[in-house]
Amino acid sequence: MKTLISAALLAVAALPAAAVAGTTLDAVKQKGYLQCGVNLGLYGFSAPDEKGKWSGLDVDVCRAVAAAVFGDAEKVKYTPLSAQQRLPALQSGEIDLLARNTTRTLSRDTANGLNFAPINFYDGQAFMVSAKLGLKSAKELNGATICVLPGTTTEQNVADYFRANKMQFKPVVIEKNEEMHKAFFSGRCDAISSDSSQLAGIRAAEAPNPADYVILPEQVSKEPLAPAVRQGDEEWTNLITWTVYAMIQAEELGLNSGNIDAAAASPNPDVKRFVGATPGNGKALGVEENWAFNIVKQVGNYGESFERNVGAQSKLKLARGVNGLHTAGGLMYSPPLK
Amino acid sequence: MHSLARTLNSARTRGYIYQALILGGVAVVGWFLVSNTLDNLERRGVATGFAFLSREASFEIGESLIPFSAADTYLRAFIVGLLNTLTVSAVGVLLASVLGLAVGIARLSSNWIVSRMAAAFVEIVRNIPLLLQLIVWYTIIGKLPGPRDALEPLPDVFLTNRGLKLPWPQEDPAHGLILAAAAVGIVGAFIVARWARRRRETTGQRFPTPYAVAGLALGLPGLAFIAAGMPLVWDVPRLQGFNFAGGVTLTPEFAALLVGLSVYTAGFIAEIVRSGILSVPHGQTEAGLALGLKPGQILRLIILPQALRVIVPPLTSQYLNLTKNSSLAVAIGYPDLVSISNTTANQTGQVIEMVSMMMAVYLVVSLAISAFMNWRNQRAALVTR
Repeated sequence: MKTLISAALLAVAALPAAAVAGTTLDAVKQKGYLQCGVNLGLYGFSAPDEKGKWSGLDVDVCRAVAAAVFGDAEKVKYTPLSAQQRLPALQSGEIDLLARNTTRTLSRDTANGLNFAPINFYDGQAFMVSAKLGLKSAKELNGATICVLPGTTTEQNVADYFRANKMQFKPVVIEKNEEMHKAFFSGRCDAISSDSSQLAGIRAAEAPNPADYVILPEQVSKEPLAPAVRQGDEEWTNLITWTVYAMIQAEELGLNSGNIDAAAASPNPDVKRFVGATPGNGKALGVEENWAFNIVKQVGNYGESFERNVGAQSKLKLARGVNGLHTAGGLMYSPPLK
Repeated sequence: MHSLARTLNSARTRGYIYQALILGGVAVVGWFLVSNTLDNLERRGVATGFAFLSREASFEIGESLIPFSAADTYLRAFIVGLLNTLTVSAVGVLLASVLGLAVGIARLSSNWIVSRMAAAFVEIVRNIPLLLQLIVWYTIIGKLPGPRDALEPLPDVFLTNRGLKLPWPQEDPAHGLILAAAAVGIVGAFIVARWARRRRETTGQRFPTPYAVAGLALGLPGLAFIAAGMPLVWDVPRLQGFNFAGGVTLTPEFAALLVGLSVYTAGFIAEIVRSGILSVPHGQTEAGLALGLKPGQILRLIILPQALRVIVPPLTSQYLNLTKNSSLAVAIGYPDLVSISNTTANQTGQVIEMVSMMMAVYLVVSLAISAFMNWRNQRAALVTR
């Protein structure tokens, strides 16, 4: 029903929202914090701990933007959003930035009025089944009942995959994550379909015995997850874009939260531009010159964020794979910061 | 001038002016909201309009009364959702009424245990949030065994955590004829019942209405069935691959939603029935007893017809509540109107359009129920002959 509220907000909050069009950065600076839309709770991407402190790969984007704007990664307020609520929340101006494992698609980029920052996680939709079924491939799922979460591209991807392979299935679509996971683990469905990173998270956190479940190898969709902002504010889009790039660039340059202080004195021209010793970047983006320094100092580079939230140091234990740097055979590549 | 002042001072004119002002105010606020929304959407580059409804839905729906596949349109998906909502509401209203009536009467029973049990039922079901009850029912059903260890309470009837699988007659061209005969029989039964009542009211002569009605409503399709050569082949559920194939399925989602809605609403209906019965003076019962009527007859012929006048108006709002509460289906995965509209809104991004369509449909459905119940209420009102 929050969808309704957001829709109503779009109707009522018309005047103030219209007034800030084009000046999100000024509005954010003025109120003193960033309002960031995140997932209700997705381990590894955005989830609050028992003290209510948010962490995750997406949360790190929010924190990096706050570090760039305010020099303080803590100046973020989080708005947990369901899949349905996220677009209206951004369109209505309720949030400044949407960092909520959102797949970049053509229609979202155009008809829904969004602008996407660079992709911060390359994901793909897969199926998880009980190991007892002894399945080796998603092609063996003909006739299966499949649990899916609504309000995403998930339902459509499953339907597309089954149509393409001339197979039948019955969907069970449950809005609440926990209820859907419970339905799967109680055997209501033969398979559960979601982005493979999410399946790994569900298996690690909620399965009675994680070893009893396998993720089938087929990726049935491309899910490039990226932060998004409203269309029509180039200045703000640029800042978010280059915040994401700065984290990748830092990893390329070998800068991390541990060595960035020492790097401030480096003679390397790329590093000097990065930390703001050679000024220009900050002014161009409308923030302090040490914006990128603050990001790396307080949040870390992309690799640190990855390992901490979804990689080896987390419960998900995802490999870097396509999310590695281009130099390591992955897809992460930052244009030069100059 | 003098007459103008007098006109302005008259309560009647002023009443008109105030009403016009209020109406104008409402219109201005409404216009402001609509135009502002459209303005904002356009400024943000969000496409508006209902053209998306004719695009391919490209998602599947778990259960549907009409054939549906991912290649059908969003509009058809919306209709599937609407039909699912109407189905669960209609069956729910029926079950809730029967259960509510039984519990309401039981609560007034002179048997201490029966009345206490009815009271306990009412207090429990209407004081626990419906959403929780739905999740409890759904969880209970989810604890049933999987398809491979299915329970078989009756031959060829299977109970699993995928739902209740029942044999179902295979389709046959003669079935249309039988259905038509049933329709004719039911209409005939109505006409006969009406005629018999009128005759009794004018002449006092009784007519064996129940037998005639049963004969028409069941006999006609029965005759058609025999005449067509008894075309009945059962489609029996059989374990095949992941699940049972064949027969019909009562899904866990539908069952949980139906039971949850019916039980919850029955709690309220029971109280309405009780208050209705208590509103009929005890003298009526005594008069009935004095005439030599049996207690069942007194309840059926004297108490309930009078109690209905008190019962129907609040009952209407319970029916409306049940219909609207069916939207909680999204929590347990029944593909109702809201669930499918949410999916559509997300795939297309047309949130405002889908929300307005949902609101319009619920409004129309609710108003229709309301209109029907008001008509029913007028008929139950006191008629003086």
